[in-house]
Amino acid sequence: MNFLKNKQTRSDFITYGLVIVAFLVVFFMQANHMIPRMFAGQLVPITAYIVMAISLNLVVGVAGDLSLGHAGFMSIGAYTGIVTAVSMQAAGAPQTLALVVSIVVGAVFAAIAGFIIGIPVLRLRGDYLAIVTLAFGEIIKEVVTCLIVGVDAHGLHVVFNLRGNATVNDLHLMDNGIAIIKGAQGASGVSTYSTFVAGFVLIMIALVVVLNLVRSRTGRAIEAVRDNRIAAESVGISVTKYRMIAFVVSAALAGAAGALFGGNFSQLSATKFDFNTSILILVFVVLGGLGNMRGSVIAAAVLTILPEALREFSDYRMLVYAIVLILVMICTNSPQIQGFIARFKPKKKGEAEANV
Amino acid sequence: MSKFEFEKGKMVPYPSRAIVPDRDVNETPALECIHLGIEFGGLKAVDDFNLTIGKTEIAGLIGPNGAGKTTVFNLLTKVYQPTNGTILLNGQDTSGKTVSQVNRMGIARTFQNIRLFSSMTVEDNVKVGLHNQEKYTGLEGVLRLPSYWKHEKQAHERAMELLSIFDMEKHANDQAGSLPYGAQRRLEIVRALATNPSLLLLDEPAAGMNPSETAELMENIVKIRDTFGIAIMLIEHDMSLVMNICEGICVLSFGKVIAKGTAEEIQNNETVIEAYLGKKKEA
Repeated sequence: MNFLKNKQTRSDFITYGLVIVAFLVVFFMQANHMIPRMFAGQLVPITAYIVMAISLNLVVGVAGDLSLGHAGFMSIGAYTGIVTAVSMQAAGAPQTLALVVSIVVGAVFAAIAGFIIGIPVLRLRGDYLAIVTLAFGEIIKEVVTCLIVGVDAHGLHVVFNLRGNATVNDLHLMDNGIAIIKGAQGASGVSTYSTFVAGFVLIMIALVVVLNLVRSRTGRAIEAVRDNRIAAESVGISVTKYRMIAFVVSAALAGAAGALFGGNFSQLSATKFDFNTSILILVFVVLGGLGNMRGSVIAAAVLTILPEALREFSDYRMLVYAIVLILVMICTNSPQIQGFIARFKPKKKGEAEANV
Repeated sequence: MSKFEFEKGKMVPYPSRAIVPDRDVNETPALECIHLGIEFGGLKAVDDFNLTIGKTEIAGLIGPNGAGKTTVFNLLTKVYQPTNGTILLNGQDTSGKTVSQVNRMGIARTFQNIRLFSSMTVEDNVKVGLHNQEKYTGLEGVLRLPSYWKHEKQAHERAMELLSIFDMEKHANDQAGSLPYGAQRRLEIVRALATNPSLLLLDEPAAGMNPSETAELMENIVKIRDTFGIAIMLIEHDMSLVMNICEGICVLSFGKVIAKGTAEEIQNNETVIEAYLGKKKEA
């Protein structure tokens, strides 16, 4: 257990342990039907949102670029994932294989989109970058709304509904063909294929990728660019390259999360991935702490469950949700409360001396 | 003092003087600036700047406030692209290179207003400096392949060795931004050295230091030159430091070189005295 002596490594393994324990508890409860019905349907979305939060934290927390269009990458992952899974299932592939391949395909397409969008976006910084990513997020949503995709024995048929008058019939599918994405209606009538176990595995992969990346040469370079761009350049780091790496890896993880998310719903329209979703994920990241992956995991889980748990307040549900959010933000930033919590922590040697 | 070992094998014959006129430089100089200049919309911030620095020379760049000293550093490190002239680093032309490329060619610098990666630890700051020395790909890092462990171990050892120049190993795990001012300046020098430069540019290294710290810094600058066998160019307002350790001094005023020479020559130069103190009233 020598490697646990390193403070960062220990912190990483606490995060892994936390996720594994949480998974085992939920898995046990699920097996014994102890989970209330209103939460059972939330399990896969929670895992997808956790992966989204981890992925966005890499861009916002580690690389320091405020991205407001992350739901766009999620939707790319979701739709490419659905198309892949449905085509594979139509060809007779087993469900698990279809799920794994669809997640990989979702990640790859989102990464490609991340790279293409990254070229213009990463020339900007700060507020400008935020606004342009927001715009790209909306563009992706609109493009997806125009998309009509179907599959039959001849392969994929794709139509762009640019004039607004194209319908599924324009795909000219054969009799046994399946229309997968129907424009503004989105993907509907798709059998769900995502599972909670797959969600757990994806969280672990995302955590390992992001945490190991941050603790490596590449991650240090990304953090250095965030802390001081001019100094990072002066020690021979190519700023654009490392911001791009963070952006593309993050987009790929968001695409994987999207594919998982998409496979959980039999009806999915592009409006699910609008600006509100991007902001929701940003709330997870900010609440969990910038650069703090464990915080992101906890915040994403709690804030996805909370609206469901608040259902008994019926009409006042979102009001209570907002108040809880504000209270948590105030509490985590208040010096008095931080000091109060710090009292219960064992003091470090250096600090104890300094306080005397 | 520090535990830093003085390695005799690494000794380089020095000083090979170049700023001082009428002396041959035996090898290719570390730096040659030929008619270097930059204009900002008609204002010549630096004009016709010619300078040669030998392989192991400690050179000083002094001048009144606003003379263009930091602009020269920014030209050398390509923060600004020069509008005139050429910069040769170890005989290689640096035109068209970016800031990070020119660092890989062998120029490292520190900044007048300290620029550390303040949220990172002291050790990580140095490791960022070792970025192009201990190389492995991001994928090897994510998968923690053997090359990751090998290079991380080497980077750790090298970082500790470099920190020991200034006796800073005990602060390795402290946050860089929480260090006292003097230590932050020293850390910046260590980080610059980590990039394995052949020319080190120090922008006011003694700013904000007390006299005893300055004296210690002087010793360390000379020691760095002796140990690493590199050329050092420094901007400094503390004349005791400049006159004591610089083998050649270049004086800049309003973007123009007004004098070059040894400390003694500069101290007795009328033009320099005039630039600093103003013209004597004619009686």
